[in-house]
Amino acid sequence: MANLKDLKNRIQSVKNTRKITKAMQMVAAAKLRRAQEAAEAGRPYAERFNAVLGGLASASTGGDSAPKLLAGSGSDQVHLLVVMTAERGLCGGFNSSIVKLARAKAADLLASGKTVKILTVGKKGREQLRREYGDHMIGHVDLSGVRNVGYDNAQSIANDLIHRFNEDEFDIATIFYNTFESVITQVPTQKQVIPASFDAPEEGAEASTVYDYEPSEEGILKTLLPSGVATQVFSALLENAASEQGARMAAMDNATRNAGEMIDKLTIQYNRSRQAVITNELIEIISGAEAL
Amino acid sequence: MADTMQFDLVSPERSLASLQATAVQLPGADGDLTAMPNHAPTITTLRPGIVRVEAPEGNAEFAVTGGFAEITAVGTSILAERAVPVSEMTQDVLDGFVSDAAAASQNATPENLDELAKRSVDIEAMGSELGLSVKS
Repeated sequence: MANLKDLKNRIQSVKNTRKITKAMQMVAAAKLRRAQEAAEAGRPYAERFNAVLGGLASASTGGDSAPKLLAGSGSDQVHLLVVMTAERGLCGGFNSSIVKLARAKAADLLASGKTVKILTVGKKGREQLRREYGDHMIGHVDLSGVRNVGYDNAQSIANDLIHRFNEDEFDIATIFYNTFESVITQVPTQKQVIPASFDAPEEGAEASTVYDYEPSEEGILKTLLPSGVATQVFSALLENAASEQGARMAAMDNATRNAGEMIDKLTIQYNRSRQAVITNELIEIISGAEAL
Repeated sequence: MADTMQFDLVSPERSLASLQATAVQLPGADGDLTAMPNHAPTITTLRPGIVRVEAPEGNAEFAVTGGFAEITAVGTSILAERAVPVSEMTQDVLDGFVSDAAAASQNATPENLDELAKRSVDIEAMGSELGLSVKS
């Protein structure tokens, strides 16, 4: 049986761990609220943007003049997977679930003879993918210095993507991130951003409005498509940020509870052995007295 | 005839305004225009400039750096890349816009060189309209 001193140290160290996880949980809760607000504030923009762009895009597809960002490069040989993860760990299955999805997709594409390139956003994804797909990585975006993701960050990622697309580095780009559903549920999601894909516009009211376009339909589409990529990247970043904090909060809550249970168990064990020691001493004293 | 319409101004990061307005003056890419209730449905891109909103509760002004506006008979929504209320528009903010535009011009391709140059000029014009100067 472990001796008393060891047990006492063990209890103390678990208590310290519990303090840390408790603090991390509270920090995550505070950050979660902010991230959630940011994600919600960003939604109206993204929704409207996609509605307008979707309407424009469905009107102009089929024409030969459709911009390359919408029509694609005419091939689907080279796929770029943009894997967006967190910069830090200790957030449960958050990073792994994204990486798992990306890995499955990559394996799928490789099996069907496509070329796969990987761009990682966030340190954790790169660490997890490096061993298996290190040769496929073409870049990494570091956001560790960024406290709150802004539209600027999204824009620079999007510009990078568009630049690479124009250089014919890839044909299809897909982003991987976690959609924030609730504090306990985050859904790993993949979304194709280049060439742009839109949910089919609702039939009926929307379609019946005929808009005047200024300067021209093509002109607007040409200027808006790059922003569309940025908008999608931005909403993915926001969803990811909220999901990360949610996942971390849940993970740390679990860890705190586990630590509590462990402390209880260890304390019982400690008390038992303490009693055993006392009983032992008493027996020794009594039997010593009897022997006299 | 309705004499007000719904006006929304949203940027990717937040929603700046959502109110009833009588008229909205926009810096369209092809020239300024004013949207009033029952305007023909129009979608236009914006150049950097100032959006002026006339509303029963008082007028408001916002500086935007681009984006687009969707005008319908019953409302106008502006989706701005970046938007700042004019009251918060300081020299620092303008300098930020200018340096962003300059950074974009750095890796300009021959195709969009004109566009980016125009953008810088538009930002400069917006600055001088607000009484701010652009350091060159």
